[in-house]
Amino acid sequence: MSTILSLPDQTTAKLPRKHFLNQEYGLRSWLLTSDHKRIAILYLCSITFFFVIGGVLAGLIRLELLTPASDLLATDTYDKVFSMHGLIMIFFFLLPSVPATIGNFLIPLMIGARDVAFPKINLLSWYLFVTGGMVMLAMMVLGGVDTGWTFTVPLSTHFLNTNVVAAATGVFIAGFSTILTGLNFLVTIHRMRCPGMTWFRLPLFIWGHYATAILQILGTPVLAISLVLIILERTLNIGVFDPTKGGDPLLFQHLFWFYSHPAVYVMILPGMAVMSEVISTFSRKRVFGYTAVAFSSVAIAVFAFFVWEHHMFIMGVSQYSALVFSLLSMLVAVPSAIKVFNWSMTLYKGSITFEAPMLYAFGFIGLFTIGGMTGIMLATLGMDIHLTETYFVVAHFHFVMVGGMLMAYMAGIHFWWPKITGRMYPETMSQVAAMMTFIGFIVTFFPQFILGYLGMPRRYAAYPADFQVLNVFSTAGASVLGIGYLLPMLYLPWSLVYGKIAGDNPWQATGLEWQIQSPPLTENFIEIPIMDHEAYDYDWLANKTRHEVQTVG
Amino acid sequence: MDSQVTATVTQEDEMRATHPPFMKHHFATLSQQRETASMGMWVFLMTEIMFFGGLFCAYLIFRNWYLPAFSAGSNALSVVFGTTMTAILILSSFTMAMAVYSAQMRRKRPLVAFMFITLILGLVFLTIKGVEWHGEYVEHHVPGMDFSIQAFVHPTNPKAVPLAPDMAEKSQLFFSLYFLMTGMHALHMIIGISVLCFLLWKATKNAYTEGHVMPIENFGLYWHFVDIIWIFLFPLLYLISRYR
Amino acid sequence: MTEKINPEYQEEIHVVKPSLYGAILIILLILTALTAGISFIDLGVFNAVIALAIACLKASLVILFFMHMHYSSRLLKMTLGAGLFAFGLLVTLTLSDYVTRAWGRW
Repeated sequence: MSTILSLPDQTTAKLPRKHFLNQEYGLRSWLLTSDHKRIAILYLCSITFFFVIGGVLAGLIRLELLTPASDLLATDTYDKVFSMHGLIMIFFFLLPSVPATIGNFLIPLMIGARDVAFPKINLLSWYLFVTGGMVMLAMMVLGGVDTGWTFTVPLSTHFLNTNVVAAATGVFIAGFSTILTGLNFLVTIHRMRCPGMTWFRLPLFIWGHYATAILQILGTPVLAISLVLIILERTLNIGVFDPTKGGDPLLFQHLFWFYSHPAVYVMILPGMAVMSEVISTFSRKRVFGYTAVAFSSVAIAVFAFFVWEHHMFIMGVSQYSALVFSLLSMLVAVPSAIKVFNWSMTLYKGSITFEAPMLYAFGFIGLFTIGGMTGIMLATLGMDIHLTETYFVVAHFHFVMVGGMLMAYMAGIHFWWPKITGRMYPETMSQVAAMMTFIGFIVTFFPQFILGYLGMPRRYAAYPADFQVLNVFSTAGASVLGIGYLLPMLYLPWSLVYGKIAGDNPWQATGLEWQIQSPPLTENFIEIPIMDHEAYDYDWLANKTRHEVQTVG
Repeated sequence: MDSQVTATVTQEDEMRATHPPFMKHHFATLSQQRETASMGMWVFLMTEIMFFGGLFCAYLIFRNWYLPAFSAGSNALSVVFGTTMTAILILSSFTMAMAVYSAQMRRKRPLVAFMFITLILGLVFLTIKGVEWHGEYVEHHVPGMDFSIQAFVHPTNPKAVPLAPDMAEKSQLFFSLYFLMTGMHALHMIIGISVLCFLLWKATKNAYTEGHVMPIENFGLYWHFVDIIWIFLFPLLYLISRYR
Repeated sequence: MTEKINPEYQEEIHVVKPSLYGAILIILLILTALTAGISFIDLGVFNAVIALAIACLKASLVILFFMHMHYSSRLLKMTLGAGLFAFGLLVTLTLSDYVTRAWGRW
């Protein structure tokens, strides 16, 4: 199979003598670092840890759902398992996945800066993340929480005696980590671009993270206040959510979803950002409709704030507002669709090769599109009455989050692995893992659309026996999916020692990060570059390579 | 020998010329550093707007639903205290702005003086708030601590309209929001005062009178923001239907 | 050699005159008294409107002059605008639910 991979001669290739991993040694140099690249790796390790925990919880869910009765887990244990699966996967894996690891590593490199705007605050973000995570783990050990990740009131405030306060505190702390990361990225992208790097020469990866930063900054504080109110309602009984005292439970949902809907775009926009880079590189073509994709990213960020009530259609909101929000929810799908069309047009007449990142990218395009379209189905008021709180919703968000976001994350990790570590991962193994992930995913989650449509409710440990066959399919798929995620966790560390030396630009990609050594120096650039060409300019790259060959010869 | 010493001094001068000691290495120019820090503080203040925004949203909804209870609750607060506290904060904003001016003019004694006055005004504000809260406690207006609606069902003031018991119960919601919003505001004041103490100490050591005005400016932004929150809290909490 | 302050340290920062600060202070204090005073006059629904309007005016003065927004770049003005816009969305769209719940009473 053809490949664009171009590695240096392995008999003579070595890692660069000085790079950010060996310029300083010792635990303190890692735990007190202000280098955005080291912070990215700290995040990478932490989120992988939480991903494993969330994955084990997912495994427990699927094992329980093999049989119609609640036999593996008691119903309230099952409630705890899916609640913690949701909390950990969303707040401690998906939200930081691309921005905090890949974004942190690459944003200064892509814009030609030496670091982010506030390096110490970057480190603080990681510490807040870890602190929040520790609180969550402690909460789990102390008995867990069974409210669902959405903390729905008045269940969470008046009718449970599980660790709601601890869970809310953990999420609150992690939320501040997100806010500070968003703040850092926003200011960095505005103020730290190198000379010549105008807005429309930025890689679309940067545009995606810029839009994400807007959402993180303006949305997360509202989550923070909603969690504070839950904690106060539970401990002091202030009454804001208590109808007997004149409060309104829906107020919590308004505040919670005001954040949590933009949150899903915080999760997907960085994935889309990765997609632009990967698809362009493996089609050897500039992204079609750069301006449209750039503006669509920002449009998604803006429209994200207009649609949150679609999570509350059956909760007792006013019918008129439900109509308005349903219409607005249709609107928010448009920019996402524009991006998918643009990526498709990028592929058209490109020189496509099928390395692992590209396989994940293809998976993303197909699965995200299906997930997105089912989102439109849910946004339709009439259908939502039937489909909400069923497995249809579960399948929808897993398609966009796992089929979309997680695949984009895997694509990004594989694509930039040679840049981060200087080494290549084993190509064939990675392609096998990508295919297993794709097949496992479809077998796991497609049956859930059918289950939901047939009426199986979500968050139930026991279900009518008629639904068992599809549930068994789903669990079978989950095993394959699990192996698909396990393989990279094995071969990526393996490649750190045994992988081929990658050289500066193994994918022959454009972008400032590929024009420096792999792994990069701590200070990123020996001299701050001056940007004089457009993004995705493969002609510029061809000229540069030709020029290099000539001068060496 | 002499020329060698001169050469080293000139090199150091050059380095100091382009790279002042308070400039961080990842910035290209001092003005980039200043503008970045300023933007960072403004973005942080936007997150604070959204944080308080949730509380204001809750307040608006419940005031709309229970206006009589909210009026009664508001009338139980002291306008004198409220107005005084507003005036104190506005004055402290003025002294903080003057502190920034002094730092820009590189005058240490006015800088320290204005920062100190700002600090004192902040502490006076918190003291008055403490006195007020204690007063609420004595009058049984603290939800969860012996809360009583008697004052609203059987008001002592002859001009006051007595409330039906179920509407009077909603005054508990007013007071919850009152304590929550003023408490959150007070927490931000305490954090501000702590940071101010630290900045004051550093100011006495000439940290901000040699061109490095940024921390004072950015702290000033935070302080003014806390003042603005109070500017909105004052009419919303203290001045509901005062004519009754 | 004496420590000469290098002109590079002093880039262009706009220095606002203390007299302007003083004027703003006086205006703010007057507006405070005004708000408190007007609240004792019965103007029905306009009490709330005027109180909020005066509060917005005071906040604008603090933002423009004490916080130097009047002299700041368009970027910072847009940043503030974005924050206020998001707050506006939160309040407006949430209230749109509460206000329309009893319409039609169906």
